[in-house]
Amino acid sequence: MRGSGRRLPHPAGYGPFVPILDMEPPHRRRITSNAVGIGLATGAYALSFGAISVASGLNVWQTQTLSLLMFTGASQFALVGVLGAGGGAIAAILTAWLLGARNGLYALSLAPVLEVRGLRRLGAAQLTIDESTAMALAHPEPVAAARHAFWTTGLSVFVLWNIGTFAGSFGASLIDNPASLGLDAAIPAGFLALLWPRLVDRTMWAVAAAGATVALVLTPLLRPGLPVLAAGLVALAASWLIGRRA
Amino acid sequence: MIWVAVLAGSLGTYVAKLVGYLLPGEMLSRPSVRRITGLLPVALLSALVAVQTFAVGQTLVIDARLAGVAAAVVALLLRAPFLVVVLVAAITAAVLRAVGLAS
Repeated sequence: MRGSGRRLPHPAGYGPFVPILDMEPPHRRRITSNAVGIGLATGAYALSFGAISVASGLNVWQTQTLSLLMFTGASQFALVGVLGAGGGAIAAILTAWLLGARNGLYALSLAPVLEVRGLRRLGAAQLTIDESTAMALAHPEPVAAARHAFWTTGLSVFVLWNIGTFAGSFGASLIDNPASLGLDAAIPAGFLALLWPRLVDRTMWAVAAAGATVALVLTPLLRPGLPVLAAGLVALAASWLIGRRA
Repeated sequence: MIWVAVLAGSLGTYVAKLVGYLLPGEMLSRPSVRRITGLLPVALLSALVAVQTFAVGQTLVIDARLAGVAAAVVALLLRAPFLVVVLVAAITAAVLRAVGLAS
């Protein structure tokens, strides 16, 4: 649920510049084993999501419902983070939605590759996240390889993300005072780790700095949760400025 | 109230995913759409880092969380995986509190 946002979409005419590994005939088994590896890595960080969610005041069932139904890491962390900070349901929901908007963009670029209809489309939508999109677009040729990469990665992450969430939330629910374990420091560190791979150029650094500044300046003035939403306006302003310059 | 946030939040993020499969593909060629969806996570995540590091309710404080986040930066510079980054932050904050160096 991190990393791939800046490499969309993968144009079909990219041929000569694609690394040599991607040019070889697709090896189903290698794609599958990569998918399992990605699932294991995200499962490990689902452990921290489960623990942080319980430390933020959600119970094990609410935490698990997020991993089953929301199933997009940044939005899940944001929802529990805002709720835990006392930001209220509406600010938490809006922050999660805004962070989840990028999945819609992934779906737009995956739609012509997957060509799913009916129930399969409903399933594909739920599995449309950073990892499955990145894997599908990393194996553009032939289309069967892209589809195999999408489904195996999506399913592997879904299963291991949910197992990891349960282990983390159940473990944390056995602890009396999570703050004594530094879990309150784990929350910003988790957001930082999600942000880190997106800081690819000066524009992103500038937007990040402006977003953090706006949120901190507004913290004493607004209810918890609202300063973060206000920082979303920084993204809109930056997008408008960039568009005008172009 | 938590259940409302969990269910409404999940519904909205699912709709965002599904809408992408229903909209015409030309949306993707609109630069403003791609730009905003790329910039939004950066602004929101950095705001969340800042607020979760310094805020207690509506006041800003410096406590063990800041040391934890600083340790997380070091871990990220060393290319540590996600779980290690989070653990390093938690352990740093917990140790500083245990020895009484931070609140």
